[in-house]
Amino acid sequence: MKDVLTENAVTSHTTKISARKVQVFYGTNHAIKDVDVEILDKTVTAFIGPSGCGKSTFLRCLNRMNDTIPSCRVEGSITLDGENIYDKRVDPVQLRAKVGMVFQKPNPFPKSIYDNVAYGPKIHGLTRNKAELDGIVEKSLRRAALWNEVKDRLQTPGTGLSGGQQQRLCIARAVATNPEVLLMDEPCSALDPIATAQVEELIDELRANFSVVIVTHSMQQAARVSQRTAFFHLGHLVEYGETGQIFTNPRDPRTESYITGRIG
Amino acid sequence: MSIGLVSLTLLALAAAGYFIGRARAVSVAGGDTRKLHSLAGFYGQSVFLFAAVPSFLVMIAWLLIQPVLIESRVSARLQTTIGPDASMSLVMADVRRLAGAIDRIGSADEVASLTPEALKARLAGQGVAIGGAMTTDQVAAANDYRALQGKGRLGMTVVAIAVALAGMALALGRIRADYRARNVTERFIMVLLIGASLIAVLTTAGIIASLLFETIHFFSLYPAADFFLSTTWSPKFGGGSDLGIWPLLWGTLYVSLIALIVAVPVGLMSAIYLAEYASPRVRTWVKPAIEVLAGIPTIVYGLFALVTVGPLLRDWFAQPLGLGNSSSSVMTAGLVMGIMVIPFVSSLSDDIINAVPQSLRDGSLGLGATPSETIRQVVLPAALPGIVGAVLLAASRAIGETMIVVMGAGAAAKLSMNPFEAMTTVTVKIVSQLTGDTEFASPETLVAFALGLTLFVITLALNIFALWIVRRYREQYE
Repeated sequence: MKDVLTENAVTSHTTKISARKVQVFYGTNHAIKDVDVEILDKTVTAFIGPSGCGKSTFLRCLNRMNDTIPSCRVEGSITLDGENIYDKRVDPVQLRAKVGMVFQKPNPFPKSIYDNVAYGPKIHGLTRNKAELDGIVEKSLRRAALWNEVKDRLQTPGTGLSGGQQQRLCIARAVATNPEVLLMDEPCSALDPIATAQVEELIDELRANFSVVIVTHSMQQAARVSQRTAFFHLGHLVEYGETGQIFTNPRDPRTESYITGRIG
Repeated sequence: MSIGLVSLTLLALAAAGYFIGRARAVSVAGGDTRKLHSLAGFYGQSVFLFAAVPSFLVMIAWLLIQPVLIESRVSARLQTTIGPDASMSLVMADVRRLAGAIDRIGSADEVASLTPEALKARLAGQGVAIGGAMTTDQVAAANDYRALQGKGRLGMTVVAIAVALAGMALALGRIRADYRARNVTERFIMVLLIGASLIAVLTTAGIIASLLFETIHFFSLYPAADFFLSTTWSPKFGGGSDLGIWPLLWGTLYVSLIALIVAVPVGLMSAIYLAEYASPRVRTWVKPAIEVLAGIPTIVYGLFALVTVGPLLRDWFAQPLGLGNSSSSVMTAGLVMGIMVIPFVSSLSDDIINAVPQSLRDGSLGLGATPSETIRQVVLPAALPGIVGAVLLAASRAIGETMIVVMGAGAAAKLSMNPFEAMTTVTVKIVSQLTGDTEFASPETLVAFALGLTLFVITLALNIFALWIVRRYREQYE
């Protein structure tokens, strides 16, 4: 594991997203307490922690997906490139185009593979003609390492693919809108080890262009793919730092207990 | 004994059987119920079922068969005495009426001693009208009828109770510690449930059979080709009528089409609002409010069409546009029927839209789509098969509607494109052909069955098509 860690050195130090004193409430339930985090550009950041610790909730704050839950309330400030995304002038719809998201369970639309990928570019008007759209679809599918498997059946339903292929299709769909940040909520939890390996490889490649935030239950996965790791526990951000440091030399006793399997 | 009393007796027997069976099971096990295969209650239950169910079935069968038998015996006896021109069914109707009224006017002996004229006067005094001339034979037949009825009732009581006791004895005799009363009860209940569902299926089969039978009768009197191909509908009760289905079918389809044009957009949009935009509080109020529309009797909608919508359309649209001056029109009936079927479309579509997985919405919203883009491009396509099913269901409801059409669209069978003209539908004509003092064997009356069967086939085809669509596309998600 040592080799993997050194290989994944942090390559950028520009802050992409910065969260200050973020609180999230579901009704009266205080789900996230005082979270401060700096997410770097062109870096893979992993959120780890036991179930129910708030890592997915926090992730959904970063593109305001929590707005779709009526009882949810977010306080504090989250800035993307210095601009507060909870400001009234910010259109959450535009924000989500910049901050893409991949979900836990593959959720391809009941459309063809092509239309799944072309969905984002079409609604945002990113292309001028069919040829450009074809280009984006191909490029996105290639980036998601799916092109070779589906290039001959782009018009077949996306729901007909295998689980791993569906998840890569969802990743292709997310990168097709050319986001600046890609949020991934346990993207491999429904996948077999081979598909997981493919998706992890993909995440590593995506780092060249995007800032990636990944929520994961697998500490090996966090160690393999991320450069920075945040450990959440009971709604608090307990520790945040370089992945190597978190896994080999955690400062907080709770982090150590979790990564050695004593709490969780 | 009256039927109610017999039923109560049977139930009491069965209930007693329950307790006896339970007690017996406990005593067989020597007081230790753990030794029994099933809980003690199951032994009681098995006795209850064996006592109650067969005896009730026997009773029901008896009640169905007895009148037929009595009728045939009494009429066989009368057959020899009534004149050749008298109708047996009318005579029997008098006999039945007389038999039912005898109790109210005195003892059987007293009735027998009266002359037929005096009897008839007495009956009229009691408010019982006898059609034909009273003969002594008829009075005797009525007395016979009564006697047979009494005998039959007694026989039924005895047999039903005997069956109940036999069932009870059989079930009690089978109780042992290792008797699987629980499994037997389970089987028995399953058979009971199968029986219940068979009743529904058999009723449908019976309806189809009776329609089919009368329709075949109709086609033996009137050529099928004329019925299906002729474009005129003009029944004349003297004979020589034109009974083409097309004007009626056209009216039906035209009215239903207008109804759907009203109901589908309104219903669908309100379903979308309820499923996607409305807050839970609004939803809990608005959804039942829309469903109230489905609970309004159609005759009330008919009144609405007759007194409000019809004159309104005539005064503001039809007359100024020069399209007609009738307040009954296809448009009136179509609009009102459209309002009636809105809840069918909206309520079903709402459920279907809600069944689209949230993950699809999240996926689309997460890509930066607005809620309406998400609905248009992801939710609706995913829900489409179900929505089509809902629309077809609403369509078959509209096709079968009668009251609104009678009051809103009139009764004139016409083939016309003008929506402000009065037209009529298949169902309305079924009613008008069957109500009236016509002979039941004429094609003018029997055509109602052919119309009914045609309608049945159309709505059945629509329903099957709807089911097929729903099944065919159901696996789009998940």
